[in-house]
Amino acid sequence: MPYTPDQPPTASPEELRARIPGWGVDLDPADRPAVPKERFAPDEAGAHWHFPERQEERWPRERSIEHAQLTPVFGTSCPPKGLSGVIRKHAYRTYSEGRAAHWLLLLGADRVDAWESHLRSFFTTRPDNPITQTGLRAEFTGHGLASRLGRNRADLNHQWLDPIIVGGPWIAAGGVVVSVVRRARRRRARRAATVEG
Amino acid sequence: MRAMVYRGPYKVRVEEKDKPRIEHPNDAIVRVTRAAICGSDLHLYHGMMPDTRVGMTFGHEFIGVVDEVGSSVQNLKPGDRVMVPFNVYCGSCYFCARGLYSNCHNVNPNATAVGGIYGYSHTCGGYDGGQAEYVRVPFADVGPSVIPDWLDEDDALLMTDALATGYFGAQLGEITEGDTVVVLGAGPVGLFAAASSWLMGAARVIVIDHLDYRLEKARTFAHAEVINFAEQDDIVVTVKKTTDYLGADVVIDAVGAEADGNFLQHVTSAKLKLQGGSPIALNWAIDAARKGGTISVMGAYGPMFSAVKFGDAMNKGLTLRMNQCPVKRQWPRLLEHIRDGYLRPREIITHRIPLEHIAEGYHLFSAKLDGCIKPVIVPSA
Ligand SMILES: NC(=O)c1ccc[n+]([C@@H]2O[C@H](COP(=O)([O-])OP(=O)(O)OC[C@H]3O[C@@H](n4cnc5c(N)ncnc54)[C@H](O)[C@@H]3O)[C@@H](O)[C@H]2O)c1
Ligand SMILES: [Zn+2]
Ligand SMILES: [Zn+2]
Repeated sequence: MPYTPDQPPTASPEELRARIPGWGVDLDPADRPAVPKERFAPDEAGAHWHFPERQEERWPRERSIEHAQLTPVFGTSCPPKGLSGVIRKHAYRTYSEGRAAHWLLLLGADRVDAWESHLRSFFTTRPDNPITQTGLRAEFTGHGLASRLGRNRADLNHQWLDPIIVGGPWIAAGGVVVSVVRRARRRRARRAATVEG
Repeated sequence: MRAMVYRGPYKVRVEEKDKPRIEHPNDAIVRVTRAAICGSDLHLYHGMMPDTRVGMTFGHEFIGVVDEVGSSVQNLKPGDRVMVPFNVYCGSCYFCARGLYSNCHNVNPNATAVGGIYGYSHTCGGYDGGQAEYVRVPFADVGPSVIPDWLDEDDALLMTDALATGYFGAQLGEITEGDTVVVLGAGPVGLFAAASSWLMGAARVIVIDHLDYRLEKARTFAHAEVINFAEQDDIVVTVKKTTDYLGADVVIDAVGAEADGNFLQHVTSAKLKLQGGSPIALNWAIDAARKGGTISVMGAYGPMFSAVKFGDAMNKGLTLRMNQCPVKRQWPRLLEHIRDGYLRPREIITHRIPLEHIAEGYHLFSAKLDGCIKPVIVPSA
């Protein structure tokens, strides 16, 4: 009990060593690779340069304003494009990592990017398919029901939200498309009727 | 080449993409032989990580065979079997020179707060990842290592992230002989952290989760006591009771941004993205630790703010330690532990999924179906 100075009793090292293979082999902090936290050893990492050569910047690379310069090496996945690209570049150019606006704009741009990409995909031979892309098949191959039913899982209270969050906008967008098409058809039919009449 | 591609929250597919090219003289192109899905990928998959772009290939846990090397590469040649730490790092900046490989300053223009990570959004540098047939590996003389002949390939794969991170998490707990260690989360990272805690002298290791099948693994694989928090009225009180009302000497958060256990915290962060991450596990760690104790945070959180109970952490005099794991620093000692049989990483692998079925793999791992603990992705090439 913490109300007295005594350490609560624990199993002895002998017992622990008998039960757990390797118990205590890293007991000495000197055997732990992450100790000490910092150790100046510039030759250990394998770099044979003081500062790396610079990678070619094939398009203007957005960067944090907390950096003094573009880093010599960087990723080349997905250059910014479309409206999401404009938002992203603005977020990088304007706000430091310390500002909520920086991250909120980037998160917003992610949502815009997803919808821009979905729309763009409809003009390709491979339109987005929310059913295959969400891997729903795993519900059947991976025993979706049995994995959840009768188990004390804390994530079931929100998993039902996922189909709504993911599928909802698709259903809404589908509804909009259907009603626009219907209205256009009705208008055309009406126009045809007046011409005939 | 075939590659996994992000298509928006909860949506991924496999696409034909250009094979990556050498962009820098110290680059290598690696043909991936095995990759894994990590709990961190779920933060991207759920759309929680800012600047996750449609079209990016995820995957920061992978091994492969060197296919091509840039002009300045000295340590690797085509044909070498390599394991690649999940960190992209230069080896020469202020931070790398001090062993903080996960905090490299020369590889991530998008943010200064985080280093470079393969396939982990533009916030972590905008690198395509290894859930593909080929991947670009910058600083080939620094990060990758040739896989020793005696090492099993699945073990090598787990060395590149989950195992190194769990082991690192136990080290940041500053465990001393006789300590009681509580590990929150029985995913790959939590399981390895629990197993590693014994090596550092823990007298009790208690693993907490809400998934019974994972807790069962914690019992058998990591020799841990286990508690299902969903069966407890108040997990903090349960921990206090089992530690004689003292609290745990060390608590390791191996949960991160999607933490469950409080509807409001989970939904405001994982679904509505109003917080950088759900701080439930972190807050439990603060409450369950004893005064003067240490919390090691391996769970990953987004760069936005979270509703963390900081006052109690201060009042209790806690030491909070955390980082992305500097993977390669762990390797020499981890290899000894694997060879001695003290750590047996591949035992946590539950699923092997062809790259073409990766969408099902993500769903399975995200929704925790079919007893999934660690899915391994196998490209066909
Ligand atoms: N620091 C690093 O270098 C590093 C490296 C790899 C992974 N990570 C992070 O570590 C975390 C775990 O990774 P993983 O691959 O094991 O993921 P995982 O999703 O497989 O495991 C997380 C586990 O936590 C459980 N959980 C949820 N809420 C909980 C709560 N309140 N209390 C206790 N358990 C709870 C889940 O049921 C699950 O079993 C992730 O956040 C990941 O991003 C960090
Ligand atoms: Zn990871
Ligand atoms: Zn560096």
